[in-house]
Amino acid sequence: MAFGAYQLKRADFIFKNENDWEKILSKTLTIPPREIINELMSSELKGRGGAGFPTGLKWKVAAEEMASEKFVICNADEGEPGTFKDREILSLVPYKVLTAMAVCGYVIGSKSGFIYLRGEYKYLLPELKIVIKKFKQYCLKIGFDFDISVFLGSGAYICGEETALFESMEGKRGEPRNKPPYPTSEGYMNKPTVINNVETLAHAFTIFKYGAKKFYDLGVQYSRGSKLFSVSGDTPRPGIYELELGMSLQDFVDEFGDGDTKAVQVGGASGFLVPRKKFDETAIGYKGKLTGISLPTGGSMMLFNSSRSMYNVLDNYLEFFKEESCGQCTPCRVGCQQLYNGIKAVKRGEKPALYLDKLLKLTETMQLTAKCGLGQSVANSFSSIVENFREEMIY
Amino acid sequence: MDPIKELVVTLADLYGRNRENLLPILQGVVEQEKYLSEYSMIEVARELNLPAAEVYGTATFYSFLEYKKTGRYIIRICKTISCSMKGKNQVLHTIEDMLKIRLGETTPDGKFSLLQTNCLGWCHKAPAMLINDEVYSGLTPEKIREILGKYMEKVI
Repeated sequence: MAFGAYQLKRADFIFKNENDWEKILSKTLTIPPREIINELMSSELKGRGGAGFPTGLKWKVAAEEMASEKFVICNADEGEPGTFKDREILSLVPYKVLTAMAVCGYVIGSKSGFIYLRGEYKYLLPELKIVIKKFKQYCLKIGFDFDISVFLGSGAYICGEETALFESMEGKRGEPRNKPPYPTSEGYMNKPTVINNVETLAHAFTIFKYGAKKFYDLGVQYSRGSKLFSVSGDTPRPGIYELELGMSLQDFVDEFGDGDTKAVQVGGASGFLVPRKKFDETAIGYKGKLTGISLPTGGSMMLFNSSRSMYNVLDNYLEFFKEESCGQCTPCRVGCQQLYNGIKAVKRGEKPALYLDKLLKLTETMQLTAKCGLGQSVANSFSSIVENFREEMIY
Repeated sequence: MDPIKELVVTLADLYGRNRENLLPILQGVVEQEKYLSEYSMIEVARELNLPAAEVYGTATFYSFLEYKKTGRYIIRICKTISCSMKGKNQVLHTIEDMLKIRLGETTPDGKFSLLQTNCLGWCHKAPAMLINDEVYSGLTPEKIREILGKYMEKVI
């Protein structure tokens, strides 16, 4: 077990029944906004899309903004390879998400909410529209004015980046903006906007229902609560699992591996590849007190056994990034292409093995100079694969 | 009025004529026509009072807004790692054999187009594909023969 990491513990909140959403909504709407924010902050809920920004703080900052109009957006542009939890939440417990959006609207003073649903999930739309209609009817009944509508994406990974998502909603190319200003002060239509991941909102519902303590008691210090993990690849048990944060990767592999796990990709293509020898010292959670390596994640866990070539894995990721880079900034646009061509050239023997070090330098440059998380995070998977499986890149 | 013009006006009436209504309108055209012709983009630009180049620039950013003529049924097979690991290529070859087209092509009768796409979010039931908006997961060559067989029987 990793130092300071906890054992793998299952939790069961997210997919537990949502039938009491009406009660939870009307109850929460009687609590002063300040207290709701305090409750969220003391739960230490952090954004479950992967970036891990404290949710309570986000709501607080947006609530303090003075503006005639504000927005609440649910980010359902789940495009990270290996992630499929948000789809499941929206099909199984959509009322939890809508309830949390409405409460957010109440807290920050917004009357308008959107769900940005990726185009790949268009088949969720008919059911979602029915649910939203019922939800709005209830809001009307209790005299709470909050509108929710769905905005459909059209197949662009980068639109999961919050500012690219705003651009997309405004009818433009999904190119990320410079930050600051942050969405809480200038988001959609340049108005203060709270944008939360689907799962974050579902956890907020848990907190409204049971109180902050119940949530805080799960996980470890700095990584409180549970999290959904999308498990795929070489595993006998692929699927979605709710686990407490802070577990060691070794425990995870013991539970989900096929006995021959060579490496685990934590956090999808933009995350890190952890080789077998580092399972023990790696914990899944946010950086903090955990010693050893702690990896935050949006929940994508892809397992690879020893029959897999890590070259093929990296090649697949780089093709993905090359296609999904929005092309706006040079480090990312050209960088992704060069990495993609570069590993092929090394493999074919057209470039010497030392060329890999040049490519590693390039990922460092991208990390420093790319405008948004996409270009910056290519370095994660690239360096963790090339450094740990260098011989597989060459031979 | 010609059908494209009519469609664009109907969509603009439905969603509005502001810049933020551009994407839903383009999606509406694609839903009907399966792709955006230059003519339809120019019509959208005219209706929304935008430069045509802006509409083209926005539309071509999004991989689901096709701007080349495609078939009535667009097959998008997921090519991301988890699907690749679970036999995506066999599935792809089965489709190619059945439709007698290669990846990126459209059948001569204009019924099917075969494309690849990035992660569809069905990694635990890989491999997966979309046919228009419908998702199919846990694919095998046998399953493909069954699913695609049904589509092939359909009259356009």
